[in-house]
Amino acid sequence: MEITDKLLSMVYALVAFAIVVGGILFLASLYERRGGRKVAWWFIAPTLLLLAVALVYPALRTVYVSFFDSSGAAFVGLDNYSTVFTSPDQLVVLRNTVLWTLVTPFVATGIGLIYAILVDGAKGESVAKGLVFLPMAISLVGASIIWKFVYDFRDPAAGTAKNPVEQIGLLNQIFTWLGGSPHNFLLNSPGNTFWLILVMIWIQAGFAMTILSASIKAISADIVEAARLDGVSALEMFRYVTFPAIRPAVVVVLTTIAIACLKVFDIVRTMTGGQFKTSVVANEFYTQTFSAANQGLGAALAVILFILVVPIIVYNVRQLRASEAR
Amino acid sequence: MTIRTRSARRTRLTAVAAAGAGLALALTGCSSDDGGGDGGGGASSTADCSAFDSYGDLSGKTVTVYAGIVAPEDQPYMDSYKPFEDCTGATVNYTADKNFEQQIVVQAKAGNAPDIAIVPQPGLLQQLVATGKAVEPPKAVADNVDKWWGEDWKKYGTVDGTFYAAPSGASVKSLVWYSPKEFKDKGYEVPTTLDDLKSLSDKIVADGDHKPWCAGIGSGEATGWPVTDWMEDMMLRIGGPDVYDQWVAHDIAFNSEVPTQALDAVGDYLKNPDYVNGGIGDVSSIATTTFQDGGLPILDGTCSLHRQASFYASNFPEGTDVSENGDVFAFYLPGKTADDHPVLGGGEFNLAFADRPEVQAFQTYLSTDLWANTKAKASSDATGGGWISANTGLDTANLVNPIDQLAAGILQDPNTVFRFDGSDQMPAAVGSNSFWKQSTSWITGQSTKDTLDKIESSWP
Repeated sequence: MEITDKLLSMVYALVAFAIVVGGILFLASLYERRGGRKVAWWFIAPTLLLLAVALVYPALRTVYVSFFDSSGAAFVGLDNYSTVFTSPDQLVVLRNTVLWTLVTPFVATGIGLIYAILVDGAKGESVAKGLVFLPMAISLVGASIIWKFVYDFRDPAAGTAKNPVEQIGLLNQIFTWLGGSPHNFLLNSPGNTFWLILVMIWIQAGFAMTILSASIKAISADIVEAARLDGVSALEMFRYVTFPAIRPAVVVVLTTIAIACLKVFDIVRTMTGGQFKTSVVANEFYTQTFSAANQGLGAALAVILFILVVPIIVYNVRQLRASEAR
Repeated sequence: MTIRTRSARRTRLTAVAAAGAGLALALTGCSSDDGGGDGGGGASSTADCSAFDSYGDLSGKTVTVYAGIVAPEDQPYMDSYKPFEDCTGATVNYTADKNFEQQIVVQAKAGNAPDIAIVPQPGLLQQLVATGKAVEPPKAVADNVDKWWGEDWKKYGTVDGTFYAAPSGASVKSLVWYSPKEFKDKGYEVPTTLDDLKSLSDKIVADGDHKPWCAGIGSGEATGWPVTDWMEDMMLRIGGPDVYDQWVAHDIAFNSEVPTQALDAVGDYLKNPDYVNGGIGDVSSIATTTFQDGGLPILDGTCSLHRQASFYASNFPEGTDVSENGDVFAFYLPGKTADDHPVLGGGEFNLAFADRPEVQAFQTYLSTDLWANTKAKASSDATGGGWISANTGLDTANLVNPIDQLAAGILQDPNTVFRFDGSDQMPAAVGSNSFWKQSTSWITGQSTKDTLDKIESSWP
């Protein structure tokens, strides 16, 4: 395509955009005098249209493709789904996704909650919170690269007396200082999945801490005061006052992290590329679709991912509404 | 009431005006963006244009080229197009991105493919031809390929009996990196048969200083590919080129006898704890070492041999003397006997999606010895070499880099039997998925039989 063609088609797109937006504004203004509800519909229409084109249609199309073979030519029914649930390689993928989704939310929320309570009202609270929150500011890929260095392993057996092996991985160097032997963290399954999960926990604990800390601060001082006057211990304070008050926030944090874990892709892809039995559904979906040219299986994995995420999202939204209603 | 409508109208006008302003902004923002048209001063050129006479005057015509070769290796490509642009008046627009292999399929299917695509794999070439959008080259290209390339190379540019694409660059994979200094000091000789290679390895073990071989197969999602290259090399040596072709085409099963022998032969090296992993660790350390780091221990003297393609030269730190008497160099991974010369390699092909005269002229230019030499010189100037072609008209004097000269010499040797990297030709489900994955599992302990059975069952 020539540059002029490109410019011209861009002009067309912009003019079309202006016409559509102008048209909507015009139509909305016609109905404005007659009542608000119809105006609202005119404004929602473009969003609905875009959602239909960019979200609903691809979703339906993915479901459709998942019933076809690798090139999308022949109908294979539920074969792709049965592959996901029977092939030993794919079962490892499902197992890993389950591990991610069960372990990460509870551990990350637990750490975040304990930290939020410990630093609440303490001296230097904002600095302490900032430290835990910092990893949130790093992209998942960046964090993965950092942790890849932390886990780096050099086999001591490869060294000679003259030329001993130096560990460049932080964790293995600490092991060595403590008199232990270095460990190849990313190689052996299923342990390697937990080392990957640790990266996610490192990132998400800050998120959990921030949300929970805010909701702890929102607890009415009267209630806390009253409890103190009643002479509760610190543990009872948490059990009967703090936790019930922040329960909706805890649920939101748990489910948000769980969804992030179901969809986890960057960490696995950057650190192991899904090798050594660490693949998860989102990574396998990408690999099957784009590397192995198996559209059908990729689509089936995407559909399964979708089905897994839906109930958590529904629960999350309900909890959000419940906490807003309070 | 009147006040309300008037304010509403004003808001509406403001909104429309804002939309218009946004439009204007977007237009000015984008129009400044298409600068960079290269002013290729054709008239001032003093180069000899007689070789381009047959292409005629192509002034004002444009040819688009799309490839996966990005900076800094893209510059010599553009430089090598310069004589064509200067002499014919045509403009060649080269674009590249790292997602070429996925993008080109999408573009071809959608009908907005470039005029010429530089395709790095025969498998992808077949996929692109299958879209029905690729066009056959003019006869001049086929004639050039007959003249300058071996029969084997032409075959890789042919789909279902129809010749489509002339080869472009090439690489040699059957190389073993070593330290010429160490070989000289210890009196080792470059082996000429597979048995020699084995006894050399045993000798290095017996000398007791370090393990002879080092390797790394880590490469993100593609982890495992160096093992597939190893296995392909052994298939070529143990089964011969014909069985190799059958194996690649799946005419013999992946878990049949010869492939089993070949993978076991790889295992004699890569899964032999006495042989690997020099300077790095035990056998399993191969899996977590990146392929870029795999051969570096040669420089420390903690490893003597590393099998990797010619491109590995650029992985050694700056200042390393890569030459026949230098710090590090490569020898040809020998055949079964000294007379056998099977070579595993790779390369790119120029596939056209248009048959306009300027595209055909450009395609013809790319298939000449003139272009191969121009490109080799441009690469020598811009990136210090690192590019060769199997074009027998390529003058090795135009290659500055000793490893390029070695590789080009191997490719042009009339005794050489060239075979293209097998995993690049297999279906993607095997060639860029299960073959890699199972090879990685094999290194970390899975048996040869399980490995080959699993790859066989993944063949679509």
